[in-house]
Amino acid sequence: MKKLLLALATSAAVLGFAASASAQDKTKICFIYVGSKTDGGWTQAHDIGRQALQAEFGDKIETPFLESVPEGPDAERAIERMARSGCALVFTTSFGFMDATIKVAEKFPDVKFEHATGFKSAPNVATYNSRFYEGRYIQGQIAAKMSQKGVAGYIASFPIPEVVMGINAFVHGAQSVNPDFKVKVIWANTWFDPGKEADAAKALIDQGVDILTQHTDTTAPMQVAAERGIKAFGQASDMIKAGPETQLTAIVDTWGAYYIKRTKELLDGTWKSEQVWDGLKDGILTMAPYTNMPDDVKKMAEDTEAKIRSGELHPFTGPIKKQDGSEWLKDGEKPEDGVLLGMNFYIAGVDDKLPQ
Amino acid sequence: MGIIEAILLTVVTAATPLVLAAIGELVTERAGVLNLGVEGMMIMGAVLAFVATQATGSPYVGILAGIGGGALFSLLFGFLTLTLVANQVATGLALTILGLGISGQIGEAYVGMSGTKLPPIAIPGLSEIPYLGPLLFKQDLIFYISIALVIGVNWFLFKTRAGLKIRAIGDNHGSAHALGIGVIRTRYLAVLFGGACAGLAGAQLSLVYTPQWVENMSAGRGWIALALVVFASWRPWRVLAGGYLFGAVSISQLHAQALGLGIPSQFLSALPYVATVVVLVLISHNRRMTLINTPASLGKPFVPDR
Repeated sequence: MKKLLLALATSAAVLGFAASASAQDKTKICFIYVGSKTDGGWTQAHDIGRQALQAEFGDKIETPFLESVPEGPDAERAIERMARSGCALVFTTSFGFMDATIKVAEKFPDVKFEHATGFKSAPNVATYNSRFYEGRYIQGQIAAKMSQKGVAGYIASFPIPEVVMGINAFVHGAQSVNPDFKVKVIWANTWFDPGKEADAAKALIDQGVDILTQHTDTTAPMQVAAERGIKAFGQASDMIKAGPETQLTAIVDTWGAYYIKRTKELLDGTWKSEQVWDGLKDGILTMAPYTNMPDDVKKMAEDTEAKIRSGELHPFTGPIKKQDGSEWLKDGEKPEDGVLLGMNFYIAGVDDKLPQ
Repeated sequence: MGIIEAILLTVVTAATPLVLAAIGELVTERAGVLNLGVEGMMIMGAVLAFVATQATGSPYVGILAGIGGGALFSLLFGFLTLTLVANQVATGLALTILGLGISGQIGEAYVGMSGTKLPPIAIPGLSEIPYLGPLLFKQDLIFYISIALVIGVNWFLFKTRAGLKIRAIGDNHGSAHALGIGVIRTRYLAVLFGGACAGLAGAQLSLVYTPQWVENMSAGRGWIALALVVFASWRPWRVLAGGYLFGAVSISQLHAQALGLGIPSQFLSALPYVATVVVLVLISHNRRMTLINTPASLGKPFVPDR
């Protein structure tokens, strides 16, 4: 038995060598995922981006990936394994990989790293993020037009700046159409639990909301909305399949364009460490088709989208007050990115108490 | 439909998978076998139920596939721990990890598909009762099975000879063996029953709770079911009560948030667990009763000496 195992191990090692030898002429662009590549949301969106990258460069590159890497000590090992295996560029696609990415990058100065949604960088570590709030502002406007009761339900995950920023953008968009618009927020305290997300959706609908939006990862809320006959917005991926007559639009993460651009720069030798925060105009984020709404609402949404794309409209343009009534932005003032990325307060009009 | 009724309906859906998985594990543990693989068997049930329903168009075939999948998967556990006498804790944990992996593989092509929801069956007459009718007699088949199972298991364990044998094995497998009771055979059956129930609980997740398949969709419910068994001090009726208490607290915390009561959501999210701990303390203050109910051979390997 022992001999057999030994033989197996040796042949596996030889095969491994052979594989890596033939891969020498291909550039390795590697990915670390926090979830499974078929999670239907966040990680799937990254994997679709990876596939677009592979299709663009074909035989010139290889795109190995590691799935379901937990955030924590294991992440460092996983990233180091990738770096050691000859990757030229490693994309670490979750906020929680931030410190691990920086640590491994110090050990491998010749390997380039890109960390999604973080704020720490290094000469060989770039960061990239998407301005999801632009899409949420548009959703807020649509919600205010479509809702008959003037109340929307918002299923939130964790009270981190990105989620708070999303709620603010949604409410601000809605109130730009209907100043009395209200939003009920439920914190699910999870990114991923279909059952709990469905329960939250049911609770919100039972309490009288007639539009649902979510900042959690599964299509369960969309399904509940479809069952109860109200409208809803999708998250991270186009969720139209879960609610063909329910989804108004969805914020779709389209990382592919960014992955292609950065890989091109790497191959050209022009890759630099940058802090990229792209939005609708850069194509890193797109809106799923505007469906299940009258033409005038659709036109309004398209107009707003065009204005955000052209830079004419910043969703957070003053005057905006904080929830406690103090001034945040003066008339015409726009917030700095740093303030948005650290957003830990509600703006006036949000009908919820922010968990601290 | 009043708000209270709406809340209760949601509670029933949330509690059913917990009750199902817990009642199965209760029988397994009463026979002295600790199977920590509930989460794995549940997720196998969920994926197979969904796939079978998509393939045949009938959620009832899905239910059978879920039950069968959970049972087959538990057989693996039975073989490893009963025949090969592997450590039960380690094997159970491995079963969970394996189940999460395999189910992801099987279900890969089914992510994002909209499933078929199991239709409710209204019981003529009874479903007309105001308030109680829609709540208890206009539910889906799996809910009726879950209630029937609690009643059935309670009767079986405490009123029948076979139930007495199971409890005897769980309390002292050596003596049971000496009396000529087939310890290994009975334990196999108990493990299979636990697997079937966990599989059915999984089917409820992918056919009733959220009719879809996503990886890891059980999201820890198997572990809650395991805790419920201890919480219930191995008594079937308490499993039912515990499952519904847990469901009720977790649903009402969502409503409390939507009402904007201003209670921190982290505290509310922890509430079901806090409630569990409190009840556990209250129940276990009577040491003698706890000792009587706890299967004394739980988790201990059994090797017949001849």
